Amino acid sequence: MWMIGPLGFGAPWLLLGLLALPVLWLLLRAVPPAPVRRRFPGVALLLGLTDEDQQADRTPWWLLLLRMAAIAAAIIGFAGPVLNPVVQAPADGPLLIVEDGGWASARDWPRRVERITDALDEAGRAGRPAALVLLSDPPPVPPVFAPAEDMAAALPGITPRPWAPPVPADPAAILPEGRFDTLWLSDGLAHPARADLLAALSARGNLRVWEPGTPVLALRPARIEDGGLHVTVLAATAPGAPPATTIEVAAIGLDPNGIERDLARAPATIGPEGLGAAVFDLPPELRNRIARFEIAGQRSAGAVALTDDAVKRRKVALVAGGAAREGLELLSPTHYLRQALAPSADLLEGGLADVLLAAPDVIILADIADLADLPEADRLAEWVEEGGLLVRFAGPRLAAAQSGADPLLPVRLRAGGRSIGGTMSWGEPRRLGPFPEGSPFAGLDLPADVTVRAQVMAEPAPELAERTIAALEDGTPLVTRAAFGDGSVVLFHVTANAEWSSLPLSGLFVRMLERLAISARATPPEAGDLAGVTWVPARLIDAFGRLQDAAEAPGVDGAALAAALAGAGPGADLPPGLYAAEGRAVALNVIGPDQVLARASWPASVPVEGAVTPQQTPLKGALLLASLVLLLADILASLALSGRLRGPRAGIAAALALALILPATGAEAQMTAAPSDAPRMDEARAIAAAGNVVLAHVITGDAETDRIAAAGLAGLSQVLTRRTTVEPSAPMAVDPETDDLALFTFLYWPITADQPAPSPMAYARLNRYLRGGGMILFDTRDADIAGFGAATDAGRRLQALAAPLDIPPLEPIPPDHVLTRTFYLLQDFPGRHAGTSIWVEAAPPDAEQAEGMPFRNLNDGVTPVVIGGNDWAAAWATDARGMALFPVGRGQAGERQREIAYRFGVNLVMHVLTGNYKSDQVHVPDLLERLGQ
Amino acid sequence: MSLAPDSAAALDLRRQAEGAAQALPPLLVAAEHLAAAVQMGGHGRRRAGAGEDFWQYRPAHPGDEARFVDWRRSARSDQQYVRDREWQLAQSVHLWVDAAASMRFSGGGDRPEKGARARLLALALAVLMIRAGERVGLTGPLAPPRPGRAQLMHLAGLLSSPAAAGDYGAPEVAAVMPRSRVVFLSDFLGDPAPVAAALGALADRGVSGVMLQVLDPVEEDFPFDGRTIFESMGGSLRHETRQAGDLRARYLARLAERRDRLAQLAGQAGWQFSTHHTGAPAQGALLWLHGALGRGR
Repeated sequence: MWMIGPLGFGAPWLLLGLLALPVLWLLLRAVPPAPVRRRFPGVALLLGLTDEDQQADRTPWWLLLLRMAAIAAAIIGFAGPVLNPVVQAPADGPLLIVEDGGWASARDWPRRVERITDALDEAGRAGRPAALVLLSDPPPVPPVFAPAEDMAAALPGITPRPWAPPVPADPAAILPEGRFDTLWLSDGLAHPARADLLAALSARGNLRVWEPGTPVLALRPARIEDGGLHVTVLAATAPGAPPATTIEVAAIGLDPNGIERDLARAPATIGPEGLGAAVFDLPPELRNRIARFEIAGQRSAGAVALTDDAVKRRKVALVAGGAAREGLELLSPTHYLRQALAPSADLLEGGLADVLLAAPDVIILADIADLADLPEADRLAEWVEEGGLLVRFAGPRLAAAQSGADPLLPVRLRAGGRSIGGTMSWGEPRRLGPFPEGSPFAGLDLPADVTVRAQVMAEPAPELAERTIAALEDGTPLVTRAAFGDGSVVLFHVTANAEWSSLPLSGLFVRMLERLAISARATPPEAGDLAGVTWVPARLIDAFGRLQDAAEAPGVDGAALAAALAGAGPGADLPPGLYAAEGRAVALNVIGPDQVLARASWPASVPVEGAVTPQQTPLKGALLLASLVLLLADILASLALSGRLRGPRAGIAAALALALILPATGAEAQMTAAPSDAPRMDEARAIAAAGNVVLAHVITGDAETDRIAAAGLAGLSQVLTRRTTVEPSAPMAVDPETDDLALFTFLYWPITADQPAPSPMAYARLNRYLRGGGMILFDTRDADIAGFGAATDAGRRLQALAAPLDIPPLEPIPPDHVLTRTFYLLQDFPGRHAGTSIWVEAAPPDAEQAEGMPFRNLNDGVTPVVIGGNDWAAAWATDARGMALFPVGRGQAGERQREIAYRFGVNLVMHVLTGNYKSDQVHVPDLLERLGQ
Repeated sequence: MSLAPDSAAALDLRRQAEGAAQALPPLLVAAEHLAAAVQMGGHGRRRAGAGEDFWQYRPAHPGDEARFVDWRRSARSDQQYVRDREWQLAQSVHLWVDAAASMRFSGGGDRPEKGARARLLALALAVLMIRAGERVGLTGPLAPPRPGRAQLMHLAGLLSSPAAAGDYGAPEVAAVMPRSRVVFLSDFLGDPAPVAAALGALADRGVSGVMLQVLDPVEEDFPFDGRTIFESMGGSLRHETRQAGDLRARYLARLAERRDRLAQLAGQAGWQFSTHHTGAPAQGALLWLHGALGRGR
């Protein structure tokens, strides 16, 4: 290949043909255009006339230039020019394809597959064996080279993994034996193992890297800050590429109907350091519905951030017994609860009756006894059975009460309780015993300084042990729990303030509330929070960011989950997703809360290809096309020059020239016009249609039918002007595709058998027109050969055309229809045919005979369609002088029929314009009566 | 058909004749159709005489026969009146339709040839004349003027016969009867001298008439450009130009000059002259012809 700058030529010796151009110039210049021979009788008058212009016959210079350019373009085109040709050194030996295959590869996976396919095809043509290594899922044994065709066949089964490529212990262990060339498809992110692998690969042979230039975007998990949800967007852009500026983040969850949709969207502006934040300020009801955040338009697991309990805020109602004592804030039974819950839950305080109305998730009763005596007891029990969590704290009142009557306690209490370690008792204050296995508190650290001085005691019972979820070291229950219906009741056997124990003063109190799913977690869960429980994946994310049900996925150990959350990130045995245990949910996202994205950097010795490298563009086709176009232009120019371009030929030539010039601009115009759905109606026409009543007919595409329709409406307009106060302007032809139908009150639609159906958009517009009070008169024009129905082509066509229209039930026009008396009193409605009846909207079935009137009480509603086949337009049609265009009937009877047809038209227009005004005649007796008084 | 040879000698001749005769009915029908547009009566002489139509009542003179007195009119007054009829006289009309090659020209696909239009006009005029009781014939010796519908068939046959040789035609006036009327239909693009001579000869015989120049719109506009070789229809004349567009003004000037000369010739001989374009409907030209024949009387 021979190169000039970025241009290469496949057959450069053909360019020598350019040398012949000057010779051609001289030749062409000497040959003038051939004369036209024309037969013309007037030649007798021409004899003896001489040309004024005596210059020698020569081809004009611009025509010569045109031809030269055409020939030059053809010569250069055949020389095979290629812009930015890819000059590749032939390679042999096996080819190893290394694909990162992590979540960041998912965003452009089809392009990667395409690149791998290209590489495999190339290797297949060269007979090179190939192997593929997916770094995110490294093979246990080094791959072996196989024929490239087999590799290509297995390619569709390979998908990216929703985690970052792990760090292999020994990069060389996953590489095949021997020397090979490598194509590394990088996802563009820096990676700890990259340098080692790079060195290992470079040692084995040539290495090429393919890396897309598009930025990698990812979301950190959402967190709550200052009452708002903050979602951090990470972006790693290529060094040369401009940084992505604003990115939209969508919050997705179930709406109240259970349908997943965008609940909110917020923009995030990416700063120069590659970080941006989207802030969602949502009401709690909406916020608790959010299941995940996504970067709009990104398909990758990194662009999805699942939410868990961390962003859920529960509605917690605090109800304390007795009036709060002024000034003794620290002794208030709810003070510590408020302190513990305020950062992570929405608190309600007030009387039990008030808070029940607010439908809280949790109700905490601090030392309230005798629930059975409260008037709200039944509603409270109902609320618990429907799934509420009732948490009760003991206290002096509860201890004094007769608990046998209290239904909402997990255990029966002994009256009086016990006091340990006080001045009047023996023994030390008791410490907490270890949480039993299976308790929601299992795994929590036991602080040494938590002691209990007094508590209420449970009556021994068989179920006491299983209901105890926390106990003192001597085994007496501290927290008991029992299920009531769908909900449960939890009793702390101590007070909610520090009077009976130091539990509310410790951090353990907050953790316990958290474990009871009362408060949301404000900080990332720690190992201790998760350990000891098997977490079952509820939903898993695949690499493309799609959520999938994890039906068969095994449960994972809490410790491993904690490690992954702490920063190790998800992996093959711990895929990202939502893990659930005991009513709590933990989201393991691809991106950790502190993760940053860094762009991969490559040593200069490694060739990096990607989207930014210029594409190889063969120019041969374009040049040959240009040559052809120039030759066509030359034909037109020659014809014009020799005077042959006359008459219809000139029109065709102009159309050709336009067709050559216009495609680009036309396509552009279409691009700009396409998004706008609005009808493109000529402004002058729109003003004319809106300025006065205008009868309009729908264009059928059949010129004769359209002409008759226009003439018919013109005739009807004349009659209306002469006889009524309706003075319509000249009728218009309406194309529902482009015209704004809202400007018309009445459409006449003749049906032809081969009429094209309007587009869906036009149907939408027609339906809007019908709903908005417009009327369409369908005319199948076949009444002399068929009744209304499917018997004729036009009838069948009408059925097909009208099917998508919102047409109400129809009936043959009843004799008392308002159309029979809107202006003239009519019994039948002939057009050119005096045939069948016409169909209008059916009257409501409950219409009653009006008293004293020959018609039913049919108020309200103008029929949106009138369907018939009497060819009214032909009966109405007049020419410019007002003469009827078509004969109707015979003699005087025919003229009478034409007159009735006109009267039908007048009635119809009156019906359109005045609606059911004449139906109001049912009220005439009442009006007369009133007048009489 | 009147043209069908009664001898069956040559099958070939007969086929040709039938082919020619097939053109007759359409031409005749077209001509009748065209003529139907003109409502006409007899060629009234605008003076009292022998005829069918009422002309005037005049007081009876001595010498008027009693049977001529119109008693109904006379009864309304004391005088006797005689009912005069308009003098109607059958007239001989000679038609000359240029059949030369130049008349075969048509400048556009949607327009008839000039010759076709001229033949149609001539035959339509003949229909009108025959219907009015006139005698119609050709200027040549083949068809002396005769009345009656049989003459129409004869005329149609002659008009449809193959064109004469030569690029431009000249009228043949030897057989024109004195004091008759003559209609010339031609493009008059050839040498005007024969036309002038014919007009002179006819004027000597007391013959007046009408000249209608039938032209194609192309001949009127000269919409040509570029390097062109113009040839006459027969090919006998040719003219080459490098810039046909430059010739337009001069061509139009010559055409106007030719028309002036023809109008002048016609005026001197007491004839009427007009121009008809094949792009326009034939009715206008027929009305003009009919009126012009009436006017010249």
